[in-house]
Amino acid sequence: MNKKQKNVLARILISGALLVLLHFLPLDGVLGGWLKPLCYLVPYLIIGHDILRKAWKGIKNRQPFDECFLMAVATIGAFALAAMKTGDYVEAVAVMLFYQVGELFQSVAVGKSRRSISALMDIRPDSATLLKEDGSEERVDPDEVEIGSLLVVRPGEKIPIDGVVVEGESALNTAALTGESVPRTVRPGDAALSGCVNLSGVLQVRTTQEFGESTASKILDLVENASSLKSRSEAFITRFARVYTPAVCYAALALAILGPLVSLLFGDDPRWLEWLMRALTFLVISCPCALVISIPLTFFAGIGGASRAGVLVKGSTYLEALADASTVVFDKTGTMTEGVFEVAGVHHADRPEEELLELAALAESHSTHPISQSLRRAWGKPLDLSRVTDEEEIGGEGVMALVDGLQVAVGNEKLMRRLGLEPVPCRAVGTVAHLAVDGRYAGHILIADQVKPNAAVAVEQLHRAGVKKTVMLTGDRANVAQQVAERLGIDEVRAELLPAEKVAEVERLLAEKTGRQTLCFVGDGINDAPVLTRADVGIAMGALGSDAAVEAADIVLMDDDPLKIATAIRIARKCLRIVRQNIVFALGVKAVCLLLGAMGIAGMWLAIFADVGVMVIAVLNAIRALKVK
Amino acid sequence: MKKTYKIEVDCANCAAKMEEAARKTEGVASAVVNFMALKMIVEFQEGADPKKVMPLVLANCKKVEDDCEIMF
Repeated sequence: MNKKQKNVLARILISGALLVLLHFLPLDGVLGGWLKPLCYLVPYLIIGHDILRKAWKGIKNRQPFDECFLMAVATIGAFALAAMKTGDYVEAVAVMLFYQVGELFQSVAVGKSRRSISALMDIRPDSATLLKEDGSEERVDPDEVEIGSLLVVRPGEKIPIDGVVVEGESALNTAALTGESVPRTVRPGDAALSGCVNLSGVLQVRTTQEFGESTASKILDLVENASSLKSRSEAFITRFARVYTPAVCYAALALAILGPLVSLLFGDDPRWLEWLMRALTFLVISCPCALVISIPLTFFAGIGGASRAGVLVKGSTYLEALADASTVVFDKTGTMTEGVFEVAGVHHADRPEEELLELAALAESHSTHPISQSLRRAWGKPLDLSRVTDEEEIGGEGVMALVDGLQVAVGNEKLMRRLGLEPVPCRAVGTVAHLAVDGRYAGHILIADQVKPNAAVAVEQLHRAGVKKTVMLTGDRANVAQQVAERLGIDEVRAELLPAEKVAEVERLLAEKTGRQTLCFVGDGINDAPVLTRADVGIAMGALGSDAAVEAADIVLMDDDPLKIATAIRIARKCLRIVRQNIVFALGVKAVCLLLGAMGIAGMWLAIFADVGVMVIAVLNAIRALKVK
Repeated sequence: MKKTYKIEVDCANCAAKMEEAARKTEGVASAVVNFMALKMIVEFQEGADPKKVMPLVLANCKKVEDDCEIMF
């Protein structure tokens, strides 16, 4: 609790105690009946002086219809009523007291969730340790570190600025960025992203960014500004409060005047005071704070909970759109597959597979083609480059080289035919590298993009989360795309698309959906920017360290696990469910209480429950959105 | 030009009122108040000097919600 809250708490306790004390004092009839109201005025002013002052200022600034005004009118009215008729002053003080209890609870609850969310996002480094050329170290403000500086990061410290590890080996905890609990091992040459916590060894990092452009700063900026894009529900609440409070005030006024007039018309006793009391009760019930506080709080908690799971949401409006997702469109390479080509098999080899792989790796040892890289990775052992001579790269066909004096050719069917050999076609789907050794066909190596381990489960979870249709778009060949889609259980697939055709395809799918349903596009964010922007919700994955993705997408998945898509949709659905519960609950209880109050069944005690009680329950419900399964 | 300011305000409704008041201030193109993060993001009109506009924003906010503060 801060100073202001402690102050309010003290006032609540003092006036509460005074109220109990006064209840037991024989004040009735003393000093011609004037002592009692004066005594009750003391706790009333202790607890309510700021409300009265605010209400007065509101009137002075021509902004009269706020909560303070409602409370001031209601309690002053109750006081006047007690003085004139009932002699029950407790009610006026108690109403003010409970109102303050409610306000205190609300401000403590909001402060607490505010703190717990900022604790989640506690990735801002306080300082950086600069390693100078003379070997001495200096602690500096991360803002002052220039690109290319050498930093020392000790175990337990956060990496302050993005960079590359120059010396040392260590495990990094990336949980704050990705929600992933398994530490990531880094060695010299690996990227070290700011916001990760160094766990085991001392690292020297050469910075590649300025602090303001580093991952940690960007993510913080994104999350802190997230709730500025307001959702429909939030905008509704703001508009609602603007109309609602004046409407209720006029309704109360009508109740106080028309009620007795109608009674008079029927020849009854007008009972002015009773109708006035009902009008005041009406005012107390009507405070809109439960709604006004709980809806933004729910979204805030939802966004906070999501960032803990490694899902960054750029605004509550996207959370809302995501909850209505009916179609999810995926990019293939890099999203559902690893985007890295790996050797899937060696077929029709005329010698041991290992030997064939070694020959291929050696022949391709100088090529930078992705296929060559995957061949070298598959061989996995150091290559003796002195065994390779006379390399020749034939663009679009392959490579020829002399390995140990033997003529080795690695490439596609065209290359084989150029050598006058008939390649054996491969039945499996993927890229095929044929080999010829010493003028004879020696078999082929199948290289395929690997489907991500969680991809199939992710698609299944999406369907279970209520997504009606899953579509995969890819620039890859149709048979490859078809096979991947079948393995993953994706409903529709469009292959051999150019980037512009992907946009057209998304447009077509957008036109197909009805009503409030939304379309999400999931891509790796690097070449999908136009589609990410066009879709209702653009989700970029594996965004850690990729600025383009963070810019273009509405929702950013920090690591590249497709399971997070379903997680994000579940979080959004839960958040929106809580929002709806709170709207229905708060408005429902209020409506019933207003009706009871107008009919004179509910007194001011029930009124204050309707106000404070509903607010407390709605706030507690809202905080549930912070918890993510 | 867009700038972010830290604010102090007690209730969400009051924050909405501040947003409204800030938007109506001369020199302000748009304003968003984020109650949960206690921040006000003000986009100034072309050529407007934030140093001159912000006192007006605060004065307008004080009119609708006495108990508020903007750090600028």
